[in-house]
Amino acid sequence: MNDQWTKELQERIQKIEAGGATKYHEKNAEQNKLFVRDRLELLLDPGSIRVEDGLFANCMEEGLPADGVVTVTGKMNGQTVCVMANDSTVKAGSWGSRTVEKIIRIQETAQKLKVPMLYLVDSAGARITDQLEMFPNRRGAGRIFYNQVKMSGMVPQVCILFGPSAAGGAYIPAFCDIVIMVDKNASMYLASPRMAEMVIGQKVTLEEMGGARMHCSVSGCGDVLAKNEEEAIEIARRYLSYFPANYKQKTSKIEAKSIQEGIRSIEEIVPDNQNVAFDMKEMIRAVIDADSFFEMKELFAKEIITGFARIDGRAVGIIANQSKMKTGSLFVDSADKSARFITLCDAFNIPLIFLSDIPGFMIGTQVERSGIIRHGAKMIAAMSEATVPKISIIVRKAYGAGLYAMAGPAFEPDCCLALPTAKIAVMGPEAAVNAVYSNKIAQLEESERNEFIQQKREEYQEDINLYRLASELIIDGIIAPERLRDELKERLELYESKEMIFSERKHPVYPV
Amino acid sequence: MNKVEASMAGTVWKVLVSEGDIVESGQDVIILESMKMEIPLSAEMDGKVSKITVNEGDFVAEGDVLLELVGI
Repeated sequence: MNDQWTKELQERIQKIEAGGATKYHEKNAEQNKLFVRDRLELLLDPGSIRVEDGLFANCMEEGLPADGVVTVTGKMNGQTVCVMANDSTVKAGSWGSRTVEKIIRIQETAQKLKVPMLYLVDSAGARITDQLEMFPNRRGAGRIFYNQVKMSGMVPQVCILFGPSAAGGAYIPAFCDIVIMVDKNASMYLASPRMAEMVIGQKVTLEEMGGARMHCSVSGCGDVLAKNEEEAIEIARRYLSYFPANYKQKTSKIEAKSIQEGIRSIEEIVPDNQNVAFDMKEMIRAVIDADSFFEMKELFAKEIITGFARIDGRAVGIIANQSKMKTGSLFVDSADKSARFITLCDAFNIPLIFLSDIPGFMIGTQVERSGIIRHGAKMIAAMSEATVPKISIIVRKAYGAGLYAMAGPAFEPDCCLALPTAKIAVMGPEAAVNAVYSNKIAQLEESERNEFIQQKREEYQEDINLYRLASELIIDGIIAPERLRDELKERLELYESKEMIFSERKHPVYPV
Repeated sequence: MNKVEASMAGTVWKVLVSEGDIVESGQDVIILESMKMEIPLSAEMDGKVSKITVNEGDFVAEGDVLLELVGI
């Protein structure tokens, strides 16, 4: 072949791979941002095979290398994955028609290969000057979101947000299973502060409007807050290690580890007094393999804990009430958080473990006005529909609809087991005695009142006695706290072949 | 100045300090009662209790200020 041709090709490739102008690389560095190709280096397995399509997109135009997006298929933890990554050095990562076409194509590849799809987002949004070519048509930007919806539950979809994700572009994270946001740099908003001031007259900072910390702690649009880009990429790699490549597969069991050293026993962790809070995270660490906990939405709706872990090397999803935060009652946000997590685990064949210590759904005007009933319905629907192995452990209290939401006996868990500290009832003894006997109590003389209440509470306690519940086969067993980890280990192994179809229909009418 | 706010709706069960008391960061100052659970609320800084805005038995909503602290 003509040497000159090869030389020209090499030069062109080099130029494209260098991304945008030097000043934009410098600006990136100032903001502690990595160049897109360096991000990919960290994300994919070192030295592993990878292929890139559309490198020459828009190469007839000056200053638009790869049209501002890199799309590759490569290996991550040994698993094939598809990746789209915005190049913030090229017109601030904005989308032109070829950018959009490349994103659509890599999504199509992920669907055909049935492998995880990652979105490395750092984009100012649409190139308004190119709107007719990239916005409204059949293969315009809308198709990216349409594809995401189609792929949801088929293959894992992961978003790492390194910079802005504005306007329509903000829907890429919205349709992903997990959104990892880099503190200070990542942001998500429908309209920028400048636009908001112009249109509705509101003056705010970008951080207030759509900063990473706000989204991870207040709005719930973000799942994990990362200190920097390197950490964000590491988090994505860790996250996918709990997942199979697609909905047809199961996560492989890895080498088991024993529990973290120095953890107190469950007996020591769980107080007998039902009115006193304890740290459920410590209890989780007392049953899982050391260092295997990956928490989702750690900063959001903290009264419920949702996260992945490994028990005896097997991946599980844990949903646990945190009495230390807002008594562990379920609120609007915590119900949403749980529903979302349950759906995620169920989609990818990850068994669920519920650890209950719940006084119930929160009551009062504030939550009623926010629609606690319809939000609670989302959680109960998601939990009912889950067909993965479903293990319900009553750690301490499971009162009222709290029992239902935490996979109580009526919701076909594969087992519902209680620790000796468990209490299952419509409500606690104090509230129940008051509810049933309030008229009677009011009529009694002051001197008789306390004795009467005490007597009725004791009768109530007897009524909800754990052995009575076990005798009536309401629960499947009572287990000693020190047996819990082994019990989970064994049941997870025995339930592996579980296969069931929940219901016959097109799809449910989802509570929202 | 630093404020201690109700973390959720409930009743003020115990006020553990008086105006003028010196408290340390992390010290429990008020215990709320909600959903039949005790919810201890602690000071977030070392300081002096400058104002207590609630009495035992009061109903409080999430975010209500219960107590104010000033640095010393």
